[in-house]
Amino acid sequence: MLPTFAYIRAQSLDEAVRQLAADGARIHAGGTDLLGCLRDRVFHADKLVSITALPGLRGIATGRDGALRIGALTTVAEVAGNPTVRERYPGLAQAASEVASPQLRNQGTIGGNLCQRPRCWYFRGEFHCLRKGGTTCYALAGENQYHCILGGSRCYIVHPSDTAPTLLALGASVEVAGPKGRRTVSLDEFYVLPSADIQRETVLAQGEVVTHAVVPRPGTGIRSSYRKVRARGSWDFALAGVALALRFDAGRVVDGRVVLSGAAPVPWRSREAESVIVGSRLEPDVCRRAAVAAMASAVPLKRNGYKVPLFTGVIEEELGKLGRA
Amino acid sequence: MASRRPDHPATAQIRLDLNGEQTTVAFAPHKTLLEVLREDLGLTGTKHGCELGECGTCTVLLDGRPVLSCLVLGVACDGAEVRTVEGMADGPRLHPLQETFADLGAAQCGYCTPGFLLASKALLAANARPSRDEIKEALAGNLCRCTGYLKIYEAVELAAAKMRGDEAEPSEETLYGRP
Ligand SMILES: Cc1cc2nc3c(=O)[nH]c(=O)nc-3n(C[C@H](O)[C@H](O)[C@H](O)COP(=O)(O)OP(=O)(O)OC[C@H]3O[C@@H](n4cnc5c(N)ncnc54)[C@H](O)[C@@H]3O)c2cc1C
Ligand code: FES
Ligand code: FES
Repeated sequence: MLPTFAYIRAQSLDEAVRQLAADGARIHAGGTDLLGCLRDRVFHADKLVSITALPGLRGIATGRDGALRIGALTTVAEVAGNPTVRERYPGLAQAASEVASPQLRNQGTIGGNLCQRPRCWYFRGEFHCLRKGGTTCYALAGENQYHCILGGSRCYIVHPSDTAPTLLALGASVEVAGPKGRRTVSLDEFYVLPSADIQRETVLAQGEVVTHAVVPRPGTGIRSSYRKVRARGSWDFALAGVALALRFDAGRVVDGRVVLSGAAPVPWRSREAESVIVGSRLEPDVCRRAAVAAMASAVPLKRNGYKVPLFTGVIEEELGKLGRA
Repeated sequence: MASRRPDHPATAQIRLDLNGEQTTVAFAPHKTLLEVLREDLGLTGTKHGCELGECGTCTVLLDGRPVLSCLVLGVACDGAEVRTVEGMADGPRLHPLQETFADLGAAQCGYCTPGFLLASKALLAANARPSRDEIKEALAGNLCRCTGYLKIYEAVELAAAKMRGDEAEPSEETLYGRP
């Protein structure tokens, strides 16, 4: 059973922002993450403000500048099936199609996918951990096979989203509406490491709503992909994943991004891997060196050392594949 | 239970098209669609499993698409069309999927069956001739602890054939196992 809360279906963005100003008010979109958190008492809500009736937050459109605007309420299934996304941003389509299960892709929204809370079983369980305002990270001495190998400090979650790493690789940003007006935040600056703030995963302030994700027009020569390794075939969060968006010219990588999922508390951009591949053809030895570089600063915990060779293999393979694509 | 603060109404009221019938129902706003169906509307065909989105047995069709009713709020469904397993048969006539699930032994304990039936129904509405891989993909959110899935996939294939009007019989191997 869910704990009690009040429920308000906002009719305008202004109303939503106003209703969300109160402490204890939470945004309800698809609810697939939120309701699980409330049921397991991960956090509390006095009031849920549904944004599902807001006009203009649904659907995918290409702007005059060629950028793609994805409304925050667009479902993950709609992103996965959208013809423009499939044609121009295949990495994003691939990532969306590998989120959760068919039912959850029908329910879950892209805004909720970007803002979902971590899946660490101590955070989700009956542990008053650091991220919930406690004094201990139970994962550090505990069962940490699914925790991070990069970017951890005091708290060792991995960011659970599959769409965030691909959007970050594609150079996307989010448009946000809040009590202080509107702002655009690049995904480079959207996610927060535990070293910066241990109790939240994004820079969103109370009352701020993501309204759109904006993906720049893919330049000529861009190829993108997403590769996700999971423990089960049917559905699961990423054990290790890599999102690539690389621009090629005459067979060489001109620029681009390599972003890891399942590696760190945020979608993790590997500049080490990028610096190996930029300027080169993706020959086997280049892919191998890039993959090794991506893992050079990894610090595995007691039970997740397997992630280092797993990531090395996945990155190497996926770079090779995109190089031949 | 519900507090008396003015923004905490003790009950919410919604209208649904529930299995083709206009229905009005009132309940506390923190109840899930699963709880509203089972507790307030008495439709217990939709099963209550993990309540975490992991098992799929609570699957219903919301505006035609399969969703997990344990992760949908009842209040969010005002004006929606909801189809549950109770709405699958046409009077005394079973839906072809119900027939083939029964005939092929695709239901054993049966706890997962309503969810599989509805996820399959949505698949066949969109794709009359799904491949085995497409069936697996469409049913990836539904767990079954009994059948090992093979008979479920075969039942969906047989129902699809029947619904297309193809002559189709279950294979000997499906019915009687490998010789
Ligand atoms: C069993 C299971 C398996 C899953 N597997 C995967 C997986 O493999 N990969 C993956 O990426 N995800 C996975 N998920 C997570 C799921 O994809 C996301 O939960 C979904 O996309 C979230 O969208 P939602 O609309 O349901 O979010 P909600 O539950 O409505 O919201 C999630 C959070 O974001 C906040 N929020 C929602 N919308 C906004 C907005 N527009 N602006 C600001 N804040 C907002 C909410 O307040 C809440 O805290 C899984 C979930 C479950 C239950
Ligand atoms: S009860 Fe809803 S998915 Fe298990
Ligand atoms: S028949 Fe028992 S769980 Fe599927």
